[in-house]
Amino acid sequence: MNVTINVNGKDITDTIRPDELLIDFLRSHGCPSVKRGCETSNCGACTVHMDGKAVLSCGILAVRCDGHQITTLEGLQDEAKEIGGFIADQGGEQCGYCSPGLIMACIAMFRENPSPTDGEIKEYLANNLCRCSGYQSQMRGIRGYIAYREKKNG
Amino acid sequence: MFTAQNYIKPKSLEEAYALLQKRGNRVVGGMQWMKMSSAACAAVIDLSELGLSGIKDEGSAFSIGCMTTLRELEQDPGISAFSQGAVKEALRGIVGVQFRNLATIGGTVAGRYGFSDVLTILSVMDTQVELYKAGRVPLASYLASPPDRDIVVRLIIEKNPAAFTYLSVRRTRTDLPTLTCASSLTQGPGAYLRIAVGARPGAARCVEIPLDQDLCREFYNGKPERLEEAALCLARKEITLSGNLRGSAQYREHLLEVLVRRSIRQQLAKLTETASFHESRAPRERTHEE
Repeated sequence: MNVTINVNGKDITDTIRPDELLIDFLRSHGCPSVKRGCETSNCGACTVHMDGKAVLSCGILAVRCDGHQITTLEGLQDEAKEIGGFIADQGGEQCGYCSPGLIMACIAMFRENPSPTDGEIKEYLANNLCRCSGYQSQMRGIRGYIAYREKKNG
Repeated sequence: MFTAQNYIKPKSLEEAYALLQKRGNRVVGGMQWMKMSSAACAAVIDLSELGLSGIKDEGSAFSIGCMTTLRELEQDPGISAFSQGAVKEALRGIVGVQFRNLATIGGTVAGRYGFSDVLTILSVMDTQVELYKAGRVPLASYLASPPDRDIVVRLIIEKNPAAFTYLSVRRTRTDLPTLTCASSLTQGPGAYLRIAVGARPGAARCVEIPLDQDLCREFYNGKPERLEEAALCLARKEITLSGNLRGSAQYREHLLEVLVRRSIRQQLAKLTETASFHESRAPRERTHEE
């Protein structure tokens, strides 16, 4: 099937299988940040934005994204670098496998809610599993990023 | 993961229905559960271009299109206000935001999923399922019917005033529930208490306890015990519980008692809150000094 998907601002046209998942499409078109984790819609390692909303790229067919905008970590380098820096400073980025998905979920969260409480952060990021950090260092990094943004924006 | 030979976006419901009658064809909703199957589909039918997503407030009812995502339902201010946050409470434990941005209400209903939090809360509301060919059927009848080849077009929730609560027990926050329990309570003539129990592990079942004058008086005087016993007696009689890897039948029986009692006490707390609120807003009697 022929599809045209806008990936990080660039239209990509390709012929794909009807049951090809978005994660496979993205990884084969220069987006290695999109990670395959559980494949049961639980771990969030494959999180990307579809028309601005965080979705699981292992849980949607690529053909359904025909004509839609997909953003991966590669398309949000500046924002991702800033949040990732705060998480890494707290030792929250160990093996790093979950980080792209976590950062994409964080960016979506901050767009919906610029100053989330701890409870709201935990609820929003419940779909992002990490098997290294125990989440405390990631939480410290996210809180640090919020404090930095609030100070920066006055 | 299922496989598919073809992918079709029909231009009308009639076309979608005709396609669905062919063996091996399946409708794809949010596909979050469908993708866990190993089905070999001849074609998957995508309804996303039929304008079936979104929630409309139609005055006396909410109309929820089948392609509405669980996240849209969770964030709808009208549904949240009507259910006093109970619908939101039922949805927030379902895996995570990314998952709920994909999973659809139509897929959840058509799947008649036993573990569904959503079906439990919808069971205590006056919910109807609109099917393309069969028309409107009450949600309870739809859940009790065997899988068919009709298309869930939308849900209709009548805005009949009631107080709603939602509770669930899960091993971890985003796991499938071990047991779910929703309640609704109405007031005035013909008042009733409804209790729905889901993750039995079968699909949600609902019982309705008519509130006679004596039960009402006791309950409104802060004594919920007799209503709890009546609700438990009916729930045990009408709602079958069994075991699976998340809990034995015996454990679920224990949870049922806890959740039914808690739901009724939450209803009582809501009544007390409302009464205090009205009292605090009532005009004070003027004294001679004033």
